[in-house]
Amino acid sequence: MKTKEYKYELRLYIAGKTAKSQLALANLNKYCEEYLEGEYKIEVIDLLIKPQLAEGDQIFAVPTLVRKVPEPIRKVIGDLSNEEKVLVGLNIRPANKK
Amino acid sequence: MAKESKKNKKAADYPQIAKTPTGITGLDEITGGGIPTGRPTLICGEAGCGKTLVSLEFIVRGAIEFNEPGVFMAFEEKAEELAMNVGSLGFNLEQLQKDKKLKIDYVHIDRSEIEETGEYDLDGLFIRLGYAIDTIGAKRVVLDTIENLFAGLSNQGILRAELRRLFQWLKEKGVTAIITGERGEGPSLTRQGLEEYVSDCVILLDHRVINQISTRRLRIVKYRGSVHGTNEYPFLIDEDGISVLPVTSLRLEKEVSSERVSSGIPSLDKMLGGKGFFKGGSVLVSGTAGTGKTSIAACFANEICNQKQRCLYFAFEESPRQIIRNMHSISMDLQKHVDNGLLQFMASRPTLHGLEQHLVAMHKLIKRFKPQAVVLDPITNLITVGSVSEVKAMLIRLIDFLQEEQITVMFTALTLNTVVTEQTDEGVSSLVDAWILVRDIEFNGERNRGMYIMKSRGMKHSNQVREFIITDRGIDLVEVYLGPDGVLTGSAREAQKLQEQTGEVLRSHAISVKDREVLRKRKVLEAKIAGLQSEFESAEEELNKIYIEEELVKKVAEGNRQEMLKLRRGDQGGNDRKVKSNENKRI
Repeated sequence: MKTKEYKYELRLYIAGKTAKSQLALANLNKYCEEYLEGEYKIEVIDLLIKPQLAEGDQIFAVPTLVRKVPEPIRKVIGDLSNEEKVLVGLNIRPANKK
Repeated sequence: MAKESKKNKKAADYPQIAKTPTGITGLDEITGGGIPTGRPTLICGEAGCGKTLVSLEFIVRGAIEFNEPGVFMAFEEKAEELAMNVGSLGFNLEQLQKDKKLKIDYVHIDRSEIEETGEYDLDGLFIRLGYAIDTIGAKRVVLDTIENLFAGLSNQGILRAELRRLFQWLKEKGVTAIITGERGEGPSLTRQGLEEYVSDCVILLDHRVINQISTRRLRIVKYRGSVHGTNEYPFLIDEDGISVLPVTSLRLEKEVSSERVSSGIPSLDKMLGGKGFFKGGSVLVSGTAGTGKTSIAACFANEICNQKQRCLYFAFEESPRQIIRNMHSISMDLQKHVDNGLLQFMASRPTLHGLEQHLVAMHKLIKRFKPQAVVLDPITNLITVGSVSEVKAMLIRLIDFLQEEQITVMFTALTLNTVVTEQTDEGVSSLVDAWILVRDIEFNGERNRGMYIMKSRGMKHSNQVREFIITDRGIDLVEVYLGPDGVLTGSAREAQKLQEQTGEVLRSHAISVKDREVLRKRKVLEAKIAGLQSEFESAEEELNKIYIEEELVKKVAEGNRQEMLKLRRGDQGGNDRKVKSNENKRI
């Protein structure tokens, strides 16, 4: 499974299981299932457990969704409640299509 | 300092704010020990006024001098850029990072990469900072410049709430933090009103250009629970980092010395009560152009060095080499003192930087060189970079500082011929302890130098005008002649001298003539006396002769009478004896 190349590699940084992070994770799962079925991988990183990882992806707000692949890296911060913005942010749906 | 000891006394009585020394020269003095420990301090100012440097120096000095590791969270510059920027100051950030004394965390915020949806918080930042603090056990934190968050994120409501939480969190962490902020428009100190959140200590940096000369200044806007200097203090960024000077001492409680320092001109010392200036005093030498002010100053410097003491010479007009060469002409070798390290020249154009910065630079140099005497030649040129009152204020502070350090200072100043009163341009004459005025005396078709001592506090000084001569052998003062036409100097003085010499010869000649006359008179009289004496003797002899003759006559008559009696009576024997005895008696 690890060797498999996904079209989308997403990382969700959270800090503990707060309401916001739960909401963000739920929203993310929902959008991915809807738009990127089978093409994505989600990695959830809890900064309370691994604080050293925050620096690498330049995380300063939580929750933050980072699109590692495809390049360039894009970030969406917040609880991902606005579907439109998340899709634009991740460049899943082109902005001009709106 | 007296201020500090007072503070310590107070601190013993009441609990006071703990302070963390910044290690920045002068800043700790203004703040009375540093910035508040365990609380955030805001440093704000315009772009390019040195916020980042001040905060970075705080971290680096903490790590090096106070063994307090620090975290530098940079929102503007990358760690490598920072390291390069301060490399010129001798701060090796990479080594410090390896030694785990310093951690630089660069927070990159790029609006184009970021999309915001819904609720979020800055826990990520907290965690990063917390992690950095914990890994090296940091005691000091800098956030430079946190306002960049506002540029990267649009939800101001969240940001403000989070910032408030961040500062609270920093306080709980017990780290001493510096937050930098860009100076905002209008009256607010920072663009985003950070001063609302950080309210314990606010330091404002400023960078002003006046008359094309820029000066950086620092002011402590507020410092809760502590006494602090309220003035604007100029500061300097140079190869040693930042130095701030608390240049205005409010008290006049300096130590004074009654020790004397020679001026290097023996005849001038004589005018100053025979011993010269007071140690730690300030001397002003003013005069019109070309009257030898620099020569007097160099003479003083030379004398100090001859006493194996150090002298610092600030030259604002001539280069050191020029001064040394010129002084050779009056047989003064300053080069050997320079070689011995006793004399140090500091030549700079006054326009090099602002007045305050000049002062800061002088302070630094004086602190480092620790001279016994300082020469400023001339202060007049400083007027080109500031107004009269500014120059005066600066000189007051310099004199204050030098007096505190017991350093004798000599200023030279140019006065203009047009000025009627004997006032220097800088108006410093009232500040100095001794004021020597050198002026041209134009008379008899030539110009000569005259020297007065206008004032010399606390010593008996000559009120005479002296002619001041610069010869091949050095400087000398000679008394001027007060002739019927006024003060005589130069060749007129020499002529007068010659005239007096002639008079002297004539007089001595006249005296010898008189002496001989007296002698002769005496001889005549003595001869007369001798004649009279012999006359008297002869008269006496005459008288005596008559007397003796009378006696003889008498005796003979008596003898005859006796003879007659003898003959008449015819008896001899007894009577004959009687006559003999009578004769004996008479004779």
